[in-house]
Amino acid sequence: MKIAVLSGKGGTGKTLLAVNLAALAQPAVYVDCDVEEPNGHLYFRPKHIVQKPVCIKIPQVNPTLCNGCRKCVEHCAFNALAYVKDNLLIFDDICHSCGLCSLLCPQKALSEIDKEIGIIQSGRADDVCIHTGILHIGQATGIPIIQNLLLEASSADALTVIDCPPGSACIVMESIKDADFCLLVTEPTLFGAHNLSMVHDLVTLFNKPFGVIINKSIPGANPAETFCKENNLPVLGKIPYDKHLSILHSNGEIAVKHSETYRALFSSLLDAVIKEVRHETAPHS
Amino acid sequence: MKIAVPVDENTQNTNVCVSFGRAPYFLFFDTKTKQTYFVHNSAASSTGGAGIQAAQIIVDNGVDVLLTPRCGEQAADVLIAADIALYKTFSGSAQDNLDAFAADKFSELDDIHAGFHGHGGK
Repeated sequence: MKIAVLSGKGGTGKTLLAVNLAALAQPAVYVDCDVEEPNGHLYFRPKHIVQKPVCIKIPQVNPTLCNGCRKCVEHCAFNALAYVKDNLLIFDDICHSCGLCSLLCPQKALSEIDKEIGIIQSGRADDVCIHTGILHIGQATGIPIIQNLLLEASSADALTVIDCPPGSACIVMESIKDADFCLLVTEPTLFGAHNLSMVHDLVTLFNKPFGVIINKSIPGANPAETFCKENNLPVLGKIPYDKHLSILHSNGEIAVKHSETYRALFSSLLDAVIKEVRHETAPHS
Repeated sequence: MKIAVPVDENTQNTNVCVSFGRAPYFLFFDTKTKQTYFVHNSAASSTGGAGIQAAQIIVDNGVDVLLTPRCGEQAADVLIAADIALYKTFSGSAQDNLDAFAADKFSELDDIHAGFHGHGGK
């Protein structure tokens, strides 16, 4: 069972929820797809880390074979090539690794070479497998890392918790693509409600079963909860606004390991989520 | 000498366009023949790499000097490889800018920006 934890904005509590659910559900797999700033590993402190590079293909030109026909420049859908003064210029950051240019080149002057854009680290803490995607600084996109990461982390039996990057852009789409269920984390602010609406649109577009968790929940006005009520979004649980929980989390501690109260709180959330997943993913007869 | 300017319209009294890669047209002016012509910028509607493709159009038209309000890093790579000189325009009509350039009132463009790449303007 694969559960993706996502939110429209950063700082709503994706990692708080994902880390604590994975720690409770052991055996579990925790996948950190927030490749621009992965921090889940800081909580688990995994051991026996195995590291793998993630590479993409980019074209390389052999200038002695290139006759300047410019077929590659004209057909590149991403404008990653230019031809100036008998030289082919290749822009790696714009290239989408589609391979069309090397396929088209009548002179066979273009070949594809590997370019490392990041790494995947896999390790273990107790009965949790932790997979972390790390994008190298300055690289244009982390999507190939997420594709490799999800392949690496694929597990048949253990509960897999996918900690997504914030937002609702392509990098999030890639992270939720194979998920059985999406858990939308939000907070009781107007900003929270607005961003919840955006991720709600995303999971609806992907036809994914989903549920909402309201973090930092306080009594009184709750725009996120109002949004859920008005649009019939299932709220699976709430995490109260709690300074001690926040301090524990900020210190890199997994809350469920430190207090019976938090263990009970996150257990009830995990139960609600699993119940909902079973219900939502059961074949309708 | 051939001069290029990114412009909003394909008419003689057009203004300079605020963007280089996504300008609707380029104005080309030949200082020897005093001839002006316009070329539609096919890069303007591309989803990415507009600056590179636009720079290719400038290069393919045999330009020596580009007058532009701004220019991205990758477009600049193409233009510099072609030994095209970059000068910074002031807002207003393309003609006023061409006149000012002829009167030697221009400074070279040195604030090449890192590009927007799907992240909107600065």
